[in-house]
Amino acid sequence: MNTTILYAILTLSLLGVFSAVILYFIAQKFKVIEDPRVDIITGLLPGANCGGCGYAGCHALAETIVKTEDISNHKCPVGGNDTMKQIAKALGLEAKETEPQIAVVRCNGSRVNAPSKILYNGAASCTIAHSLSAGETGCPYGCLGEGDCVKVCLFDAIYMDHEAALPRVIEDKCVACGACVTACPRSIIQLRNKGVKGRRVYVSCINKEKRGTARKNCNVPCIGCGKCVKECPFDAITLQDNLAYIDFNKCKLCRKCVTVCPTGAILEVNFPPRKEKSDSTETIASAETV
Amino acid sequence: MKTFKIGGVHPEEHKLTANKPITQIPLPAQVSIPLSQSLGAPSKLIVEKGAQVKTGQLIAQGESFISANVHSSVSGKIVRIEEVTDASGYRKPAVIIEVEGDEWEESIDRSPNVVTEIALTKDEIIARIKSHGVVGLGGATFPTHVKLMVPPDKKAELLIINGVECEPYLTADHRVMLEKGEEVVTGVRILMKALGVDKAAIGIENNKPDAIAHLQKLSANYPGISVVPLKMKYPQGGEKQLIKAVTGKEVPSGKLPADTGCVVNNIGTALAVYEAVQKNKPLIDRVVTVTGESLTNPSNFMVRIGTSVDYLINQAGGLPTDTGKVISGGPMMGKALTTIDSPVVKGTSGILLMSEKKSRRVVVQNCIRCARCISVCPMGLQPVFLAQYSEHQMFEEAEKANIMDCMECGSCQFTCPAGRPLLDYVRLGKNTVGTIIRNRVKK
Repeated sequence: MNTTILYAILTLSLLGVFSAVILYFIAQKFKVIEDPRVDIITGLLPGANCGGCGYAGCHALAETIVKTEDISNHKCPVGGNDTMKQIAKALGLEAKETEPQIAVVRCNGSRVNAPSKILYNGAASCTIAHSLSAGETGCPYGCLGEGDCVKVCLFDAIYMDHEAALPRVIEDKCVACGACVTACPRSIIQLRNKGVKGRRVYVSCINKEKRGTARKNCNVPCIGCGKCVKECPFDAITLQDNLAYIDFNKCKLCRKCVTVCPTGAILEVNFPPRKEKSDSTETIASAETV
Repeated sequence: MKTFKIGGVHPEEHKLTANKPITQIPLPAQVSIPLSQSLGAPSKLIVEKGAQVKTGQLIAQGESFISANVHSSVSGKIVRIEEVTDASGYRKPAVIIEVEGDEWEESIDRSPNVVTEIALTKDEIIARIKSHGVVGLGGATFPTHVKLMVPPDKKAELLIINGVECEPYLTADHRVMLEKGEEVVTGVRILMKALGVDKAAIGIENNKPDAIAHLQKLSANYPGISVVPLKMKYPQGGEKQLIKAVTGKEVPSGKLPADTGCVVNNIGTALAVYEAVQKNKPLIDRVVTVTGESLTNPSNFMVRIGTSVDYLINQAGGLPTDTGKVISGGPMMGKALTTIDSPVVKGTSGILLMSEKKSRRVVVQNCIRCARCISVCPMGLQPVFLAQYSEHQMFEEAEKANIMDCMECGSCQFTCPAGRPLLDYVRLGKNTVGTIIRNRVKK
């Protein structure tokens, strides 16, 4: 055989062996020793890396759970109770049952309820529009309709109803990760319990202005009259800064507040239609559900 | 001819009112004077509903370090203290006064003669400027007395007066230079005394040759004051650009003009300083350019603070039917008003009625990587990346790319061929990064 070829083969082989040895020692020296349970837990988690648990991805949550050996303060909103039960079983811990939650848009200032007085023609971002003016309707607390909430949803669970200029949450896709809650510059979206049979009652307004001012811009504001507070048999409603708030943990879905609200600001979701005589002042008060 | 070196754009001038002399208008029936008319904290109200006030009377006191006093611009009765929608688009507290006659505070000198001798000492001048609510009339409304109190570790060597008025359409400063030139020059001398400097440079763009000639003549007797003609370019009126144009010095990133030994004041501020120091008159009125191609009577009005924009538009001939936007300020950095019931405040330099056709934004398209925004940025930044970082919540990268140096002049958005809202996103990024920095300092 030609000696040049022989020398070439020998040199390359030696280089290869030499590199392999170096790499082996480096791999050993810089080896990351990880608890094997972290990988098991990561496998049990959905792998969406949505950040809804408050950590930077599923692996980060798994690391924290294994390190602290405690899942009582953690919850994966995407996997829900089933995933947490599985993780608890794998680690020999107790899993807490939590209520499934959903994002709720607390504004009903649609184009019909809150007509536009001016045109916003600027960049399509709620945060930018919010910094420039109260908005097209004049209500400084109302939805701006540019869709910052829609942009951040990783689960396609919220879409912009362009006719109404309000966002709509898709019930069976929303995992209550909280991304839209943070994205909204006016904090209009809140996480609330999905409720028994998916039923919930909430005040669809966050306007803190006095009654006269609030009514100037919208037909269905909360004017802070307090009738709902008096009516509620379970003390679930509080009034602060001209705004009513229904505590979803106390609410028993009796819907007395919905009937008594003079502006129709309190909405009921997923209930069967009521058998009642039609009201001449019927406002567009029922939220659309998908 | 001198100018600043980096960036800049050349919007059309549209100086429709350059030859219109300052016009007095009849007093309105009512004024709404907001309590927050300067940078810093809102001032504290010291009068009550129902009180009778005189023109020039103090009605709100500035309480924190950066704040300014507010005075009544009319005489009459305070009928309401309520919220009005200002140029921010939100409702802010204001004093509503029903005008009755025009009775001025006795201590104010209303005689028309120009007083050129400066009797007050340096400290008295600053105290007078503070008590009379004088703020920067270039648009930023920074309280002037704070600007004059240069921090002890820096030394002021040159006073620069901004007579540039680079915004299209606006001509208020131009008319002030022509018609109140002597008062302005005296105001400049007062500012020089307050700062303890013996040199002042008045920068004027070369589209105002009459103002250049007039002020050169008036300042001929004062060797320390020079008039510097500047080549027209937007945004030459920005203080960092003006300092570079006049002195060749650059203000380092994150630093103030005082670090280069310069203090910059607007021409209108110099006039307000003259009136406060020589005539004991607080800041209660200013020249406002009301302009627009469709207006029948575009003018430069002398306006009492608190007059509604609606009233001014009527004085200028009424709202044209093709109006799309009513802008407080100029077309580059002005704010589109959400209602014409907004009041004129200390920072209102002009009201521009823009036609519907011109008001609409172009359709936003994808970035074509032409880098024109980078070549026009007067601060030497890269707007394409700053806007991208802001849009995608990459605030750490935005801070590293010097987003806080942006002066929000709008040259990038003005130039972008794809119609991208660059300035809107950079402003969003600046607000967020600013909050992050403030929270960091707090810890």
